[in-house]
Amino acid sequence: MRRIISVLMENEPGALSRVVGLFSQRGYNIESLTVAPTEDATLSRLTLVTIGDDHKIEQITKNLNKLIDVVKLVDLTEGSHIERELLLVKVRANGAQRDEVKRSVDIFRGQIVDVTSSMYTVQVAGTGQKLDAFLQALGEHTIMEVVRSGVSGIARGEKVLSV
Amino acid sequence: MELLSGGDMLVRALQDEGVDLIFGYPGGSALHIYDAIFRQKSIKHILVRHEQGATHAADGYARSTGKAGVVLVTSGPGATNAITGIATAYMDSIPMVVISGQVPSDKIGEDAFQETDMVGCSRPIVKHSFLVKNAEDIPEIVKKAFYIATTGRPGPVVIDVPKDVTNPAERFPYRYPEKLRMRSYTPAGKGHSGQIRKAVALLLSARRPVIYAGGGVVQGEGSELLTELARHLNYPVTNTLMGLGAFPGSDKRFLGMLGMHGTFEANTAMHHADVILAVGARFDDRVTNTPSKFCPGAKIIHIDVDPASISKTIVADIPIVGTVQSVLADMLEAFKSSDEQPDQSAIVDWWRQIDDWRERHGLYTAPRYKTDGAMIMPQEVIRAVYDITEGDAFVTSDVGQHQMFAAQYYHFDKPRRWINSGGLGTMGFGLPSALGVKIAHPDKEVVCVTGEGSIQMCIQELSTATQYHLPVKILCLNNQALGMVKQWQEMQYEGRLSNSVYEESLPDFVKLAEAYGHLGVKIERREELHTKLQEAFAHKDRTVFIDVYVDPSEHVYPMQVMPSGSMRDMWLSKTERT
Repeated sequence: MRRIISVLMENEPGALSRVVGLFSQRGYNIESLTVAPTEDATLSRLTLVTIGDDHKIEQITKNLNKLIDVVKLVDLTEGSHIERELLLVKVRANGAQRDEVKRSVDIFRGQIVDVTSSMYTVQVAGTGQKLDAFLQALGEHTIMEVVRSGVSGIARGEKVLSV
Repeated sequence: MELLSGGDMLVRALQDEGVDLIFGYPGGSALHIYDAIFRQKSIKHILVRHEQGATHAADGYARSTGKAGVVLVTSGPGATNAITGIATAYMDSIPMVVISGQVPSDKIGEDAFQETDMVGCSRPIVKHSFLVKNAEDIPEIVKKAFYIATTGRPGPVVIDVPKDVTNPAERFPYRYPEKLRMRSYTPAGKGHSGQIRKAVALLLSARRPVIYAGGGVVQGEGSELLTELARHLNYPVTNTLMGLGAFPGSDKRFLGMLGMHGTFEANTAMHHADVILAVGARFDDRVTNTPSKFCPGAKIIHIDVDPASISKTIVADIPIVGTVQSVLADMLEAFKSSDEQPDQSAIVDWWRQIDDWRERHGLYTAPRYKTDGAMIMPQEVIRAVYDITEGDAFVTSDVGQHQMFAAQYYHFDKPRRWINSGGLGTMGFGLPSALGVKIAHPDKEVVCVTGEGSIQMCIQELSTATQYHLPVKILCLNNQALGMVKQWQEMQYEGRLSNSVYEESLPDFVKLAEAYGHLGVKIERREELHTKLQEAFAHKDRTVFIDVYVDPSEHVYPMQVMPSGSMRDMWLSKTERT
């Protein structure tokens, strides 16, 4: 099962490599990973998407918790949550294609953030599934370059992950 | 406030931490630190002959005392040579602090002379690591390193110190922190009372209980409580390779070691148990054999200080996270105040069954090895040494057949007496760890059980024994082959002995020992075994290398059937299977 695990960790050098190292060392999957400092400069927030059965996820969370740099973590997929990923894509846009691309961008509530005479750069935010659907709608022949941020997430309601 | 250089700060912080012994080897990046060591008196430094030896010696010191072992090495090869010993300590959860010199901060990343990314190299085999950026941080980092290494599930911690940080020309205010607060590290304390209640009820209802105790009981100082609990309930106890000594080996409730080379009675009792109390053990693959066939009828209570150890390979029915000491104390209290008692007739029946297993194939009810041949059997060497040392020696071991014979035939009545690399299985561990033990316990008999293969992996430490006058006894069960490799090749590869024999290339160990200034004794004939062993052990003040030529065809039994066997599926001899 796909899980989104959000980790609050010390903003120390080497902390990220310990998390990544844990996953390769123990043979766990990482689908995506994002990390950045939080409003408290001593803390980083890392969101990772992984796949595994309940037993594996339990081991992942236990071993993450064992890392000295990890302060707290939550499996967002255990409760209701908001998941967002940012997509930037360069799309060929010539002639009739230009309108077609523009329509798709509107349908997916994306924005065109850069333009040349033959291409658009499009920005779309949403769940991984939505981004997949948008790319599919564009069709592989029009896509020149894709960059995705990896998933960020936050719990719904008043639940917060903080120290 | 006192002003100190980074190098002096490091040494002062170690003093303030109560360190009185360092095992190490100097080199360029560590020279400022070594100079600081030279200019003080309270910390003794043991110069080893190879950094691997330093880590194993510190490890032996730690295992035999419960205190953290301290290692100091230089950058590059000094650091990488320490890696095997760090991994050994990591796998067996041994508290250790390894300080490695590093090239100056401004050279890091430039492929400087003797540069290696020590924090990166050691990352998967340490509990935590630090790269010191500023000299002012040294006191707090040292304090944290020892705190992390010795609390919770212990383990090695690396402190990598760039040379410029220890520069004697730059001085900073020194203050050793009295207290630490780490928001990201809270080792487990007491167990959950509800879980403990459930465990107590389950144990009281057990009809075929087994207590399965591991190295966590030794490390967590839980032996006395475990022994009291097992005696109170009159339940059988088996120890893992790492747990030997956690329960007295001479107690009649002791079933012997379990697992791959465990006793028939321990493995069979585990297989048929209805309740297993696992304490400070981690259901290692050398214990469980095939996990899906592990103890099919058993409810499992698992006490461990490390939540990640629980339900990792075998799912626990009642997990209890907490220190072995506090959980066992709470359980014992509950048993003593409970009105309920175990079903005595069921327990009597269970003991009758176990005694029957012991009679049939137990290692201790009759000799399970040849007693009438001309060749010396390795098992009888261990028994003889057990007798000579009155079962009270510290025994370190290397890895292989001799290790298993020692584990099977030397009964440890006290914790911290059996010092071996159980998890990583590091050949070369025995001699340097024996030196570490001897330094910690100068008045005690220290025996290194080894083989002619393992001893050659760290034999250079014979020189360290000379320099610091560390009179240990090295008992080499010489079968002129890599015995355990050969055993597997004979059992599983139709006897194709690929690279497991030496073809007349072994050194004369007696002369070798003498070259280092030690005594050497060679024992080849069965009839001289006891007298020559006694003579060797009579040299209290000398390091003696006892080279015993044992039957090279002997295998270690029992041996669990692999792959796909259960706990009770064992070879009992070359021809007999359960």
